Amino acid sequence: MKKLLCVALCGAIIASTTIVFAGCGSSTPKEEINVFNWGEYISNGEDGSLDTIGEFEKRYNIKVNYTNYESNEEMYNLLKESNSSYDVIIPSDYMISKLIEENMLEKIDFDNVPNSKNIMKRYQTTDFDPKGEYSVPYSWGVVALCYNKTMVKEKPTSFKSLWDKTYSGNILMFNNSRDAMAIAMKLKGITPTTVTKKDIDTATKYLSEQKPLLKKYVMDQVFTEMEGDQAALAPYYAGDIAVMMTNNDNLDYVLPEEGSNLFIDSMCIPKTTKHKELAEKFINYMLEAEVAKANAEYLGYSTPNQAAYDLLDDDIKNNKLIYPSDDYLNKCYTFANLPQDVYDYMQNEFLKVQS
Amino acid sequence: MKSKAPSIPYLIWMLVFTIIPLAMVVYYAFTDRSGNFTLQSFADSLFYTDVFVRSLWIALLSTAICLLIAYPLSYIMSRAKASTRNVITMLIMLPMWMNFILRIYAWVLLLQNDGLVDLAVHLLGLDVPLLGNAGAVVLGMVYNFLPFMVLPIHSVMLKIDNRLVEAAQDLGAGKAKVFSKVIFPLSIPGIISGITMVFVPTASTFLVAQYLGGTGDKMIGDVIENIFQRDKNVGSAISLALMIIILVFIIIMNKFGDEEAAVA
Repeated sequence: MKKLLCVALCGAIIASTTIVFAGCGSSTPKEEINVFNWGEYISNGEDGSLDTIGEFEKRYNIKVNYTNYESNEEMYNLLKESNSSYDVIIPSDYMISKLIEENMLEKIDFDNVPNSKNIMKRYQTTDFDPKGEYSVPYSWGVVALCYNKTMVKEKPTSFKSLWDKTYSGNILMFNNSRDAMAIAMKLKGITPTTVTKKDIDTATKYLSEQKPLLKKYVMDQVFTEMEGDQAALAPYYAGDIAVMMTNNDNLDYVLPEEGSNLFIDSMCIPKTTKHKELAEKFINYMLEAEVAKANAEYLGYSTPNQAAYDLLDDDIKNNKLIYPSDDYLNKCYTFANLPQDVYDYMQNEFLKVQS
Repeated sequence: MKSKAPSIPYLIWMLVFTIIPLAMVVYYAFTDRSGNFTLQSFADSLFYTDVFVRSLWIALLSTAICLLIAYPLSYIMSRAKASTRNVITMLIMLPMWMNFILRIYAWVLLLQNDGLVDLAVHLLGLDVPLLGNAGAVVLGMVYNFLPFMVLPIHSVMLKIDNRLVEAAQDLGAGKAKVFSKVIFPLSIPGIISGITMVFVPTASTFLVAQYLGGTGDKMIGDVIENIFQRDKNVGSAISLALMIIILVFIIIMNKFGDEEAAVA
């Protein structure tokens, strides 16, 4: 009996693998596009939100292969080294300027993207794409300081609090070289848009002084740490701080007075595309007021889409964390591409601080 | 002449997924970005010596603790009734049915401030931070890799012929003597494979220290993961160095095992 069961199980396992392979072979007559985006970065139908991809597939009878990445660098490596042909990608500012410099992006034919008129003036051209030819902004935000009101007595005003010995052992810091270095540089009077190795050394030294005061270097773990009252201070992306604040009433935010990073993630079409027109169709769809609004609401990040912004609830529109005043945005900096050797140097130095 | 045909798929598999990747790691380790021969990557990896030492130390400590817990447990299991033994095996295997990261994450929730374990420790009147230190990392490793120590030792002990034990007893050996002269020597192959199966993954694993450790507990696996994303050459050099250290360790272990077995 036992033998029989064993044979049956083995058979089931083998059968399941053949089914998987068979699935690979079956042909789908529909057209397909490959969309490559950050994880958790599109409205997906959860909790009654719009199922962005499903709706697009249904409306245009195009199959969307939607895959995720966790960092711009991971996206870049896959774009460069895998054989997959991606049709739409949504990288961040500095990565877009790198992709433009390396001639890896297609110019977008804006006749096929009429909804691009919805983009706010401020975001139609950007530092990383000065003529606005290669990218269409999807989402933006600033880096702000999140703090726990029960642990931090005096409302902080600047990222300087991340070096405050009073909170030793309760401070979190970005586990990401560009963001961490930028905070240190700005406090040392350097504009982090483009930097030199000397600037990086200055920031490295400052970050080494900070390390003994830190609880942890975090990215996504910031949510459990801050929502669970485990840490007092953390710099993070505004949209995520807003989410943490709804989950824990003890949390509040500060827009640091020295100014902060304004990041923009934009939709682009890489040169690997095999369906440029379908990609443009997808981008145009993403710019529709209702779709962009659904994504803005799902992400909690700020939308560069005026038509979508107009549809948002007043309490979101008036939230200064999500939509800071123009005066504050003028104090902010965006990241531009760094020469490869400088960027490598930055990442290595940051890793050395941590090791 | 026996046909070699059945082994061909396995040989191809090993060639494609073991030999070729390994050759690529070696190639990248000894070249620079443009493919010229250099030892610079190894020079660069020297910076991480401290991290190497720390990782090996944590791995050694975790392996020792695993052995201390697993050996008596395996012994008890091998002496127990078949039904009891199956239940215990099941209980040891059960956590492995859950995702590795989820299990680590569960420990974060238990150990963090006002977590269950933290509250219990507070009730005992102690006030020590449980999370964010090397101790928590070792705990995570032991928890995750304990089954890899128990199962090989247990299966070897199970195979020990009870007539050998009886013979020793007939010849007048006491309990301690039976253990030290019969059971322990015969269980050494299990110990060796248990140690290898725990030490190798703990030395090279990543994520555990990121979740359970503090800022001073970065392990070499985390460094490799970080560097590999942008610099295959230095990443390969560090990986290769780690592989060689582990290989040396395994060779020493096996030598030691052979000698012990020979004495027995």
